[in-house]
Amino acid sequence: MGCIESMKYEIILRDASFRECRDYIRANCSEYVDVIPGFKIFDKHIIGVPPISIGFEGDLIIFPFTKPCYGTFLMKIEDHDEAVRIRQSALKLKK
Amino acid sequence: MTSETRIEGKTAVLVLGCPQVPVQTGIALYLMSILRKKGVRAVVAGNRAARLLVEVSDPERHYVGEVMDIDRYIDEIADKKRSFDYHFIFIHNDAGVSYAATVQSLTGTTVIALIYGEHFQEMADLIEFPCEKIAAKAVHNPMPLKNKLDEVLPWVVSNL
Repeated sequence: MGCIESMKYEIILRDASFRECRDYIRANCSEYVDVIPGFKIFDKHIIGVPPISIGFEGDLIIFPFTKPCYGTFLMKIEDHDEAVRIRQSALKLKK
Repeated sequence: MTSETRIEGKTAVLVLGCPQVPVQTGIALYLMSILRKKGVRAVVAGNRAARLLVEVSDPERHYVGEVMDIDRYIDEIADKKRSFDYHFIFIHNDAGVSYAATVQSLTGTTVIALIYGEHFQEMADLIEFPCEKIAAKAVHNPMPLKNKLDEVLPWVVSNL
């Protein structure tokens, strides 16, 4: 998982489908943005079927993380700077 | 001009999934042998286990050329450091569909999905993006997928 693996994270869903992750974020996060595959999060290119939703609860970032053997995890990591960067980058994508 | 000469000198990448379905390694080696005969240089991208299975199965490197980590492959196509003429994505689970969608989105090209395993139809139905699907119920026996590959590959490589 590179740097994400070494961070303090919480797994919300494991071995989930991309649709389950998107549906969870849209139903449970007070704020979310949609990004395209390859969008960088914690310096990793995000894998998924577009639109990929990334949720926020303040500085908590909720996002899908896919590995070939383990399917998709829905993860939660707290990081103020990265949350700000993702919100701003996603806004630019929309324009 | 024949399709054989048109694809000479092109490059392909075989994006392997988790090697838990037995047919993956055999089909990958078979596909590499066909591509090599057509003059296409094939690269394998996968996780460590998938790469090692391919490398151990072809110790003299008759078919296997360059191998690379799947994360590095994604990074390089995302950063436009590398491009391939054909992207063959091996799919037997939801993660495979996610990788195929990502490659399609990053490259803007039509990817070729090799769909197999117990739930091949379910996986094929999840794909709603531009994609050439080669699908068969192959888990232990590679022949259904090999036959499909033989049937459609000449058309696929000469039309993409």
